[in-house]
Amino acid sequence: MATRAPDRLAAAPPNRPAGPRRRLRRQLVHQLDVKGSPYAYVAPFFLLFSAFGLFPLAYTAWVSLHDWTLLREEQTFVGLENFRTLLADDYFWNATFNTLSIGVLSTVPQLLLAIWLAHLLNRPLRAQTFFRITLLLPNVTSVVAVVVIFSQLFGRDFGMINWVFSLVGVEGVAWTEGVLSSHFAISTMIMWRWTGYNALILLAAMQAVPRELYEAATIDGASEMTQLRKITVPMIKPTIIFVVITSTIGAMQILAEPLLFGSYLVTGGVDRQYQTLSLFIYENFTKLDFGYASAISWMMFVFIVVVAGVNYLITRRGKGGLT
Amino acid sequence: MSAHTAVLAVRRRSGGAARRLTYLTLAAVAFFSMLPLYYSVVVASRDNAALADVPPPLIPGGNFFANVARVFDTVPFALAMLNSVIVSGAVAFAVMLFSTLAGFAFAKLRFQGRNALLLLTVGTMMVPTQLGIIPLYMLMVKLEWTGTMYALIVPALVNAFGVFFMTQYLSRALPTELLEAGRVDGCSTWGLFWHVVLPAARPAAAVLGMLTFMSVWNDYFWPLVVLTPENPTVQVALSTLASGYVNDYVLGLAGTTLGTLPLVIVFALLGKQIIGGIMQGAVKG
Repeated sequence: MATRAPDRLAAAPPNRPAGPRRRLRRQLVHQLDVKGSPYAYVAPFFLLFSAFGLFPLAYTAWVSLHDWTLLREEQTFVGLENFRTLLADDYFWNATFNTLSIGVLSTVPQLLLAIWLAHLLNRPLRAQTFFRITLLLPNVTSVVAVVVIFSQLFGRDFGMINWVFSLVGVEGVAWTEGVLSSHFAISTMIMWRWTGYNALILLAAMQAVPRELYEAATIDGASEMTQLRKITVPMIKPTIIFVVITSTIGAMQILAEPLLFGSYLVTGGVDRQYQTLSLFIYENFTKLDFGYASAISWMMFVFIVVVAGVNYLITRRGKGGLT
Repeated sequence: MSAHTAVLAVRRRSGGAARRLTYLTLAAVAFFSMLPLYYSVVVASRDNAALADVPPPLIPGGNFFANVARVFDTVPFALAMLNSVIVSGAVAFAVMLFSTLAGFAFAKLRFQGRNALLLLTVGTMMVPTQLGIIPLYMLMVKLEWTGTMYALIVPALVNAFGVFFMTQYLSRALPTELLEAGRVDGCSTWGLFWHVVLPAARPAAAVLGMLTFMSVWNDYFWPLVVLTPENPTVQVALSTLASGYVNDYVLGLAGTTLGTLPLVIVFALLGKQIIGGIMQGAVKG
């Protein structure tokens, strides 16, 4: 360093004739570059995200306080009237029940299965890549494709699932008609699409658990199930929490499955037996009743925060794991 | 070391049966993961009459191309494919670029408010943007973008996940010394980005690009809201096919096979990298 500094000073003079002003300017440009560039680099993200992500979210609150429809120019301010109507609306509570029911039916078994699959994959196996790719394959399939395929599989007359059922003596289940049967069918689609994805995320976390823990446990004679419950699950708890919360948020917003399963009825079946909250929003959107639809959106947001929060607390507190 | 060999001995003793069970389970899961896709190919290559057979048809028939022709007659499927390619490609490119830019700033540059802005980004990852869909639609009406691909591309140009993903990757994979060396050589920040950051970011950006492409390709709700059946994406066209008054399963599944196949092929070829990316992004999530 000591020898270098004078070198640089010595190298400076050739630039001198330009005068100190030019050097000052170069310094200023450099300062501006170092201080300003970071903001310039994050600016595209924040500008676009504010305009098309955050602003609509906030504006939903404003719209929800109006009797707002695209059919009129003038929108009348009605205060909390939409929310009052909403809380007395049976269809709203029906949609809330359906959302929670499908959410529980799809999320709980899915997580247990995903943990178990990740556990199975977390060991030296042949064809590891093949198994991982097949696990993620359903997730690559679009939701529209999934519902179209499963609607056929769950078809009452020619569906493959009813054919298998008929082999054991159960004939002609009308999957779309009952509350429980339709919720079961829709949950199956969600599980099929997301279990593998979540298993891979959990597997990534499991691979970071130190091997020595398992070796010590094996010597102490702990069974594999005990190891899974006592070592793996506690060690990957942050990832489990992450998966629980993202699955919850996803499950609260289920829309395409009930919409397409019911051959495109926005009511989610003739008796609204599987209309979810998102679908209820969409129904009011198609009626151009934007104020009411926005009010539902906000209620849904509140539900998501509450349910995600509750799940977070449950997962964090549970000692041995989810079981 | 002795503990290790003891473990191996224990494993070997109980290994056989348990191992076979593991493979059997995973094979069953693989089977059920592929079955619906396989079955949709079977149905797509039959005719509607064959569906009434007991037991159901289990191997593909010879009607696939006739059914595909019917798909093209019923909905503007070529246009839908073109639209989907354009939208997914443009969005994937933009997300890669903007996420790498912002990720570089967050991971390696010092500036005031950096932590607060990063926290805001991570926080918004958890907010379901679907809730803002009504004002977003009103915005598109104002801009006269409804029914056009602008409505799909512009709002999707950036996303919080991409920024988070690239920040994570660059803070791990890009040595700070390399940047300092570049500074000493007189590189401007942009020069650093161009000559040092971009080459280092390429593997992660490629994975992000593929993930984005797939998710935009499969996006359904927003395109359904802003587009018309006359100028659809693949998913909107598929849902039009599936929403006919008569349940024409063969037609629906022929379209599904056609719309899913490109993605499945890409995934089969690049699956290893894509999975690596998902698992990497997850570790610190």
